[in-house]
Amino acid sequence: MSDKLIIAGREFTNRLMVGTGKYATMDLMKQSLEAAEAEIVTVAVRRMNLDEPGESLLEHIDLSRYTLLPNTAGAATAEEAIRLARLARAAGLSDLIKLEVIPDPATLLPDVVGTLEAARILVKEGFTVLPYTTDDPIIAAKLEDAGAATVMPLASYIGSGRGFSDPARISLIIERAGVPVVVDAGLGVPSDAAMAMELGASAVLINTAIARAENPPLMAEAMKLGVRAGRMAFKAGRIPKLEQASASSPTGGIVK
Amino acid sequence: MRVIVNGQDKEVPTGTTLGGLMELLKVDPRRVVVEYNREIINRSSWDEHISRELKEGDTLELVQLVGGG
Repeated sequence: MSDKLIIAGREFTNRLMVGTGKYATMDLMKQSLEAAEAEIVTVAVRRMNLDEPGESLLEHIDLSRYTLLPNTAGAATAEEAIRLARLARAAGLSDLIKLEVIPDPATLLPDVVGTLEAARILVKEGFTVLPYTTDDPIIAAKLEDAGAATVMPLASYIGSGRGFSDPARISLIIERAGVPVVVDAGLGVPSDAAMAMELGASAVLINTAIARAENPPLMAEAMKLGVRAGRMAFKAGRIPKLEQASASSPTGGIVK
Repeated sequence: MRVIVNGQDKEVPTGTTLGGLMELLKVDPRRVVVEYNREIINRSSWDEHISRELKEGDTLELVQLVGGG
């Protein structure tokens, strides 16, 4: 059964996107990407450390296998996000950009006004823009109108592992969206990932819940299966929730 | 003369070029993206820029892709 994820005309099979941050070692990161069977992996743009150059992340990521999705993490304003996006593209590896405009370190909630502003400009410059946003269906629609290739609403705070704070709002975004909805941020366990997919999300993006698990590659595999199970359940069509019981065995022919 | 690289002051000989700076810093230009006085240099066109001469007070950012979510 063909069930492709299509983002701006590009086809993907796996609906679990994985972040490359916060792993204890590069090796654990590599094993986790493999266990997740990730196709799209996020990266960040940072100043090179001139005193201690260290290992380059790209030596550990097989570019023939993974599609890079650079982010604009660290940007507090639209202008900073645009600069980071252009720097990321100048590396010549990807014109995808995960747009994040985050002014508040305590909540890491996105500035949706700045995000929309930056999205409009980056779309004009030919980027494929995947914006991180709140679970507000109004702003999600505006991002789509601005030409975003997906919308990426949060389930809860970045890195919090709290799961969904309000799944009904994510459902509303999914119902109304004409582009893939990727649930990003706050997922903690495979049941959260499965729930996102059961709601009809097109994909999920997970970083902390894998990277900071006691066994990251094992959690990566578990997340992969959660996403797969949730997607299958969505395609299969769930039963309606009933107020009362409905017997599974025949109600007639009961031995008296 | 003094130039500012990634927020740090660096003393370099007068006449140092962009390519020369990379050698001084022991940075492989294929591993970074260079922003020169806010002008982003695409990695694919780096060779066209290596002989540009730096001036006192120039600001450069050398960035790379790192792990992130």
